[in-house]
Parts: sequence; C-alpha cells; structure tokens
Amino acid sequence: MHQFRNLNIVLTFLVCFLITTPKAIASDECFEKVSRSIFKFNMAFDEIILEPLAKGYNKLPDPVKKGTSNFTSNVATLLSIPNSMLQGNIEQVGHSTGSFLVNSTVGIFGFLNPAEKMGLKPHKEDVGQTLGKYGVGPGCYLVLPILGPSTARDSFGLIADTFVDPFAHVTIRENELFGVSGNDLDYFSVKGTTAIDFRADNVNNFESLEKNSIDLYSSLKSIYLQDRENKIKNSVQNDDEWGNLDN
Amino acid sequence: MKKFSVYLITLFFFIKSPLLAYSSNPKDFVNELVNDAISKLSDKNLNQEQKEKFIEDIATENVDINALGLYTLGELRKSSSENDISNFQKSFEKYFLKSLTSRLSDYSSNIFEILGEDKKSANYTMINSKVTPKDGGPEIKIDWRIYTKNPDKPLIRDLIVEGLSLARTQKEEFASILSSNNNDIKVLISKLNEFVSN
Repeated sequence: MHQFRNLNIVLTFLVCFLITTPKAIASDECFEKVSRSIFKFNMAFDEIILEPLAKGYNKLPDPVKKGTSNFTSNVATLLSIPNSMLQGNIEQVGHSTGSFLVNSTVGIFGFLNPAEKMGLKPHKEDVGQTLGKYGVGPGCYLVLPILGPSTARDSFGLIADTFVDPFAHVTIRENELFGVSGNDLDYFSVKGTTAIDFRADNVNNFESLEKNSIDLYSSLKSIYLQDRENKIKNSVQNDDEWGNLDN
Repeated sequence: MKKFSVYLITLFFFIKSPLLAYSSNPKDFVNELVNDAISKLSDKNLNQEQKEKFIEDIATENVDINALGLYTLGELRKSSSENDISNFQKSFEKYFLKSLTSRLSDYSSNIFEILGEDKKSANYTMINSKVTPKDGGPEIKIDWRIYTKNPDKPLIRDLIVEGLSLARTQKEEFASILSSNNNDIKVLISKLNEFVSN
C-alpha cells in the first residue's frame, strides 16, 4: 500500500507537468513511441486475457450479464455523485443519488435497475470530466498499461478518482463509511468486471474497427478523445470544419 | 440499333430506379434509404455477393464519397496537386466501399426510427435516429449529416454513432499516418491500396 501511495505521488507530479506543458493539446502525443509500445502490449493483453474473458462472459445467460452490468454501473454511480456536486450539477446529483439508493435497496444491491424505470438517468462523471468542466484542457495524449487510452488530465483524474470515489474510500483506502468496508480485492474485482462487461458489449465493434483500420492506434485515439469531449460537454459536438468543405 | 439503345436506357433506369427513388426531403431520404437497406440485408433470398453489390450501389449513389475523402485529408487537400488528389480519391472510394461492405456483412436485424431533424444551414441538415437491435441489445443513437446544397439530391456526408463521428475518426487516423510519413499523400494512397488488395 505504501508503494502504491508513492506511485500516486510520482504519477501526480508527472501528470501535473504534462498538463501544464505549454500548448499541449489532446491530439499531441506525450511520448508516442512509448504509447505505441504500451498499445501493443495492451493489444496482446486483450488478445490473451480480456477478449477470451469477454467472449466467455457473453455466453452467460442474459439475466446474469444484465445483473452484473447493473451491479458495476450502480457502484460506478458512487463516483458520479461527488463529481456532479463538484460540477454544480444539482439535477445530476439527484439522479445519481436517487439511482444508487433505489437500485441498492429495491434493486437488490444493484443487480436490478428499477431506478431507470422511475426516470432516473445518472450520467457517468469522473474527476477528469470535472476538470474538463472547469476548463482544464486534456493535455497531451498517452496510453496507460492495461487501462488504455488517456490524456494527461484524465490520468491525473484517474488517480484523483480514488480519493473522491466513496467505493475506493471503503476499499483501497481501507476506511469505513456507514458501517461498510472492504478491501483491495473488492475494488479491483469490481473494476475488472466493469472492464470485462465493457469489452463484452463491444466485441463486434472492436473486431470491425480492428479489421477496417489502417492504423488502429490512431482510430482508438480519435474515438477516445471524441468520447471524452462529448462526456465533458454532456452533448455531441459535431460541427468542426465541414462548413469549410463546400465543393 | 436505335431500338437496342432505347432498350439499354430503359434497362438502366429500371435497374437504377430503386437507388434513385429516395425522397429529396432529408428526413424521408434517410428513413427510406435505411429501411430499404434493412429489408435488403435481411432478405434471405439474396446471397452475400448480391448484398455487397447492393451496399456498394447504394453508397455510391447516396454518400458524398468525394467530399468525405477530401474532408479526411484535412489541410493537405489544399496543398496537394490535382493529380495526387485525384489518385487519393480513387483509392479512398475503393477503401471506403470495401470497409463499408465489411462492416455491414455481419448485419443482424434491427428496428430503425427517425427521432428528429435539425437544419444547421442551407447546406446541412442533421437527422437524428436510433437503431434498436431485435436481439435485445442496447439501442444505438445515430445522427446523419446530410448535405443539401442540391435540394433535389441529398447526400450523406457523415454518421455520428453515439456521438462519435466516423468521418472525424477517419480523418484523424489518416492525419496520424500522414504525420508519421512527412505528410506524403502518396504513402497514404499506397496504404489505402494495400488495404483494398488484402
């Protein structure tokens, strides 16, 4: 745990440096060669571990998959509550809090999603998005081992998430909240399952992208950056330079 | 000979008519085109080759492939020679059609619904739609950027799937290839040709 904290401090300084690097924009790379090497490693990891797990997961009965997906989404809602608060989005604080409370009780620990039927639609929010909302630019682009595409701001956000997220607070931070506590295994099990659930949902999309990309690294970079922009703005931005192309 | 020409012209219009029949109203255009595509792609009487031919025809007729190609080139379209642009566009069209047929080859039955439209300017209308897979998968929101400069012949310029622009993704992929190769358009063309021939 001590080593984990030291790593956090080092990463925090590194990311602060990258964010404050003058003129760094998301399409700029922090260290492209390193990122491409990590990307290759991640692809191998995906091929050997994540994809087979995702394909196996997809063979589970639908209610089991749906229940697991609901459970991980419900846990993730905990991170959205403080972030919606920090963004001053009271409506979303209500949606996230209401959804978590309803699903954790009526929805049997989050395996069911009655909150959705009640019209509660929490957005997924994290510290990276909150910083984006505050006007902090993405900084340069990088690829993290296992975790995949990121930016300087979002990497900092990932570390900050573990301080803001009540679930991280009671697991990896070893604290107790309302009599609830857990451990590292709980945290990483839920995060791992979230990753498998996401990968399982996108088996076909990823195969198609892999098959049709000339440079998969760049395609995934573009998709990641567009997705983050949309999540920060909570809307779709699609106007860029089409207006100039009027042949 | 004259009779033969008339026959050929009639045959041409007969064959082409399903592709030219879509409405000029952007909303109806998308609705008719997608429902036609869904019906053809789910038709069990058509083999894979016929379906691929249909996709190619419908895309060539209704997607602004030339403009899409120019868009994906970014700023390089302004500094490249006419010859290079022309070669690029030929390669891009083949690449686009191959990529499209490959993406749609594993098509499964879906329900398509138009949600609304947003006229951005005289030249552009965004059509909002959603696709609900019949197998119970999550619904997918798709926005269509329709080029309406010629009001009688709307053309698709971009699809924004769940907020992700396919054109922008393609453009950024090409930009990365170009920046690693001294912005040499010939390298990009050769990579496109390589993709098509594989």
